[in-house]
Amino acid sequence: MTKKTLIALLLLVAVASIVPFVVSNYRTFQFTLVLVYAIALLGLNILTGYNGQVSLGHGAFYAIGAYCAAVLMDKAGVPYWATVPAAGAVCLVVGFLFGLPALRLEGLYLALATFALGVSMPQLLKYKALEEWTGGVQGIVIAKPDAPWGLPLNSDQWLYFFTLGVALAMFLLGWNLLRGRVGRALVAIRDHHIAAEAMGVHNALYKSLAFGVSAMYTGVAGALGAIAVQFVAPDSFSIFLSILLLVGIVIGGLASISGALYGALFIQFVPNLADEISKAAPWAIFGIFMILFVYLMPTGVAGALRMLSERQKRHNFPAAKNEEEVP
Amino acid sequence: MDAFLFQVLAGLATGGIYASLALALVMIYQATHHVNFAQGEMAMFTTYIAWSLMDAGLPYWPTFLLTLMVAFLLGVAIERLVIRPVEHAPVLAVVVVFIALLVILNSVTGWIYTYTLKPFPSPFPEEPLWGIRYMSPHEIGAIGITLLVLVALYLFFRFTPLGLAMRAAAQNPQSARLVGIRVGWMLALGWGLAAGIGAVAGMMVAPIVYLDPNMMGGVLLYAFAAALVGGIDNPWGAVLGGFLVGVLENLLGAFVIGNELKLSVALVIIVGVLLVRPSGLFGTVHVTRV
Repeated sequence: MTKKTLIALLLLVAVASIVPFVVSNYRTFQFTLVLVYAIALLGLNILTGYNGQVSLGHGAFYAIGAYCAAVLMDKAGVPYWATVPAAGAVCLVVGFLFGLPALRLEGLYLALATFALGVSMPQLLKYKALEEWTGGVQGIVIAKPDAPWGLPLNSDQWLYFFTLGVALAMFLLGWNLLRGRVGRALVAIRDHHIAAEAMGVHNALYKSLAFGVSAMYTGVAGALGAIAVQFVAPDSFSIFLSILLLVGIVIGGLASISGALYGALFIQFVPNLADEISKAAPWAIFGIFMILFVYLMPTGVAGALRMLSERQKRHNFPAAKNEEEVP
Repeated sequence: MDAFLFQVLAGLATGGIYASLALALVMIYQATHHVNFAQGEMAMFTTYIAWSLMDAGLPYWPTFLLTLMVAFLLGVAIERLVIRPVEHAPVLAVVVVFIALLVILNSVTGWIYTYTLKPFPSPFPEEPLWGIRYMSPHEIGAIGITLLVLVALYLFFRFTPLGLAMRAAAQNPQSARLVGIRVGWMLALGWGLAAGIGAVAGMMVAPIVYLDPNMMGGVLLYAFAAALVGGIDNPWGAVLGGFLVGVLENLLGAFVIGNELKLSVALVIIVGVLLVRPSGLFGTVHVTRV
């Protein structure tokens, strides 16, 4: 990490820490959800953006994470903060196991398999035999945690900081994972899996690991989301959630860590904006926004920003490029 | 045995509808290597147009033909105006455009026609045909029309110069362009044909499920599965896949696990098939050159 990005990151964290004190409780809740989505999108980006495996069913892992948290709190009385790592661990295992058969499938066929997972999840959650734990169609209501240690924060603000802390940890973890050997292996498999294999990258292991880690991120996000919304029900995890997550990473920017944040802002706030523009057909407006973003920034917001900064650099130091070329 | 036969035949009837939509998906896939997620909503939208025409007093068959023409133009227009600008964008960006089209068409239809269910007439008689009591005339008619569309498409692609040009444009755009085929327009034409086939599927499914902006959601999913099971680059495979998925869905729902989980189980079986044959039952296996 260069000094400049470190300063930018600290500045971002500082701004993020001020947010809940200047906006209303409802807005704070919305920003909590932005952080939740950002974690989920980073997870999906590890799989789809970095490793090139398309998933149309990540909503299922989000649902598993959310239900893990809800069932643990509701049935076993586990404190909310302990459910987050538990949800992550469960999703890591489930994702890894799902990744094994998915190794056989590529491109569209993988998209269909994951799509099937996403479609089946609400039906499985409604299934009678599981009703004792999942609460069936009604779902589970969760109590909102209060701030500990007598901190002068209301529960919305506390939840925001809790989520911010988890998000920071997950992003640092992701950044560390992707910049080194593992990240290079994932990208190598995406770009040319035969060449990667020839260079000693264990394709099957890395691909199923990518599935597991990606599911873990999404599961952690699901648990946090459930705690923030205080409610889980099968129909809030429809296939539409999975599609929205995919839209989020494409709009934010594939294979970029910061893209997860832009994508999360998009999927949290643009539907509201669309609703304000037209009450009659809000989704039509949302669709138009999606098309506009793809037209104007085909590589996502992160890609567009990268291009802008490159252009700025070239503008400031026109000679820099030539210097680099000297061996 | 009677009940079994009944379920199989009912499955064939819904399978015919999946097959038509799967055929539309395969059309676009062959021309552009994209899977059109908005195919179902395009079909739904054109079915609403048919409803409007009939509401205005037009009889069924003229409406049918007119709707096909409108659908064709709509398909061409969408290709030209919406898809063409992202021709060179990354695949997933194109997927997002398809999803955007899906939500736009769904939302606009709901806005214009409201979300209340509307009955849609069937062109076939009410009384059982030829004393067949297992299938309603509409179901027999729907299967017949699916097969008719398939044969018409086969004849078109096999025996007309335009069909040949479209196949050439899909298989090898560069060489096709060199011999003077306007590849861009061939793609637009492919979209138009696919939209037309989708419109047929929409008008066949509407009498069964009633007209509603969300009526194609489930159908598209099955059509997608059918196209992949049959092999996404094989029209015959797609149609067979459609019938297969329809029968499978019905039998599982009726005899094995009940209606609640039939979607899940049907999908699990499909994924199972794909694990054994990763390019579908009748798809070509691609050999990659290293």
